[in-house]
Amino acid sequence: MGYRWLLLGLLSTCAFADQPNPQRQQELLNMLKHDCGSCHGLPPKGGLGPSLMPEVLADKSDALLIDAIQNGRAGTAMPPWKNFLTVDETAWLIQQLRKR
Amino acid sequence: MKLSYSRCLLIFLLSSALPSHAELRATGDLGVVIERETGSIQIVNTTKPASLSRIEGLGDLSHASVVFSRDQRYAYVFGRDGGLTKIDLLQDKIDKRVIQAGNSIGGAISQDGKLIAVSNYTPGGVKIFSADTLEQLAEIPAVYGEDNKLSKVVGLVDAPGQRFVCSLFEGNEIWLIDAKNPRQPVVKKFKDIGKQPYDALLTPDGHFYAAGLFGEKGLSLLDLWQPEKGVEHILEDYGKDDEQMPVYKMPHLEGWTVAGDWLLVPAVGLHEVLVIDTREWELVKRIPVAGQPVFVTSRPDGRQVWVNFAFPDNQIVQVIDLKDFNVVKTLQPGKAVLHMEFSPRGESVWLAVRDEDRVMVYDTETFQETARLPVQKPSGIFFTDRANRIGW
Repeated sequence: MGYRWLLLGLLSTCAFADQPNPQRQQELLNMLKHDCGSCHGLPPKGGLGPSLMPEVLADKSDALLIDAIQNGRAGTAMPPWKNFLTVDETAWLIQQLRKR
Repeated sequence: MKLSYSRCLLIFLLSSALPSHAELRATGDLGVVIERETGSIQIVNTTKPASLSRIEGLGDLSHASVVFSRDQRYAYVFGRDGGLTKIDLLQDKIDKRVIQAGNSIGGAISQDGKLIAVSNYTPGGVKIFSADTLEQLAEIPAVYGEDNKLSKVVGLVDAPGQRFVCSLFEGNEIWLIDAKNPRQPVVKKFKDIGKQPYDALLTPDGHFYAAGLFGEKGLSLLDLWQPEKGVEHILEDYGKDDEQMPVYKMPHLEGWTVAGDWLLVPAVGLHEVLVIDTREWELVKRIPVAGQPVFVTSRPDGRQVWVNFAFPDNQIVQVIDLKDFNVVKTLQPGKAVLHMEFSPRGESVWLAVRDEDRVMVYDTETFQETARLPVQKPSGIFFTDRANRIGW
């Protein structure tokens, strides 16, 4: 388990060097607003899913958040998004959420 | 008596601005379209079809729903951020607006049209307001379990007898609320009704309340004619051996999904629409469809059922013909079809196509597009004929 966190952590650090292209960024932001937003709100102050506002995310590591988005969260309504988002894209989205 | 030129001009301008000169507007022809990103709505004419006005300042409409006063003059918009806004459809303006909670999911209007009930996530519970003034009359916290936690409330509908019915998502309960005395509503609680009810519907006759379950298979059914019999768990076995797929958008149950003796509901996490015989409450068919269904909406005459889908299949709309329960048409109106609303007698259907910034109108017999209206990031579409339907 710990090894997986480390791996994710490394991947996410690498991600910042490799940003999605501008067109993909627009697609990702649209997805954040509308597909994530259907459960998390717009701004994402929460709904069926929890708030994704910067102050709520502050004490959560990138690795934890990447895992939640990529693999979903068992026992909740959060599905895995790894078929639609690369780890790099996931890390970029988390960056956007943190600096809102 | 002499009037100056400027005074004449002033009188002319005033008289042309008087409401008596405005085109008369009958509300039976109207509807509301939600613009989810801008927190605004458009008032539309459903016969022309045309957009009549845009009203801004409704807060967070990332999830929104609408009910209408029974005179169809006012629309009550329930926003995500707890905003409850009363819109005057005759005057294109906000009549009243309150922020009644931190996070809200939907609402209902009472049988007599005098009460508005709202279901909230934060703080979890139901609040009851005067439909006229939006004054709060009662607050019912959704307390459950031994440590008195608050549950998110979903699937709130009005029911005959000045009642409301709702479900507790975390609490696994169905509550039957008698609001004959709106300041002191009486709540009958049904516990352990099944895991994580996510939404619910009332049959058009107001007889049965069915809550869809997210945490396990099937639906929880309450007979409102004999509530003392308790809640029955139906369809608990369907698809239990199938691989469960992740759910990318919660299905919705509110609306008309009953056609004749058949109830059609989305299968959670499966590419299927389930057909239930409402005489025996048994599953009679599983119809394969193009994705995970979100809305399964019956045309008012019950001959067709239109289905839209969760991400990543939300560019597709399919039509099921109830003659033989098969998909007879697959449409691709554009990216992200979020909602469908039929004209009062069903000759046309309006589709909200979010990522194309438009609403499209289709003829339900020819399946041809007949009109489109520019709307910014449209989500829900609500027509005033909902005003006189039970459980909408």
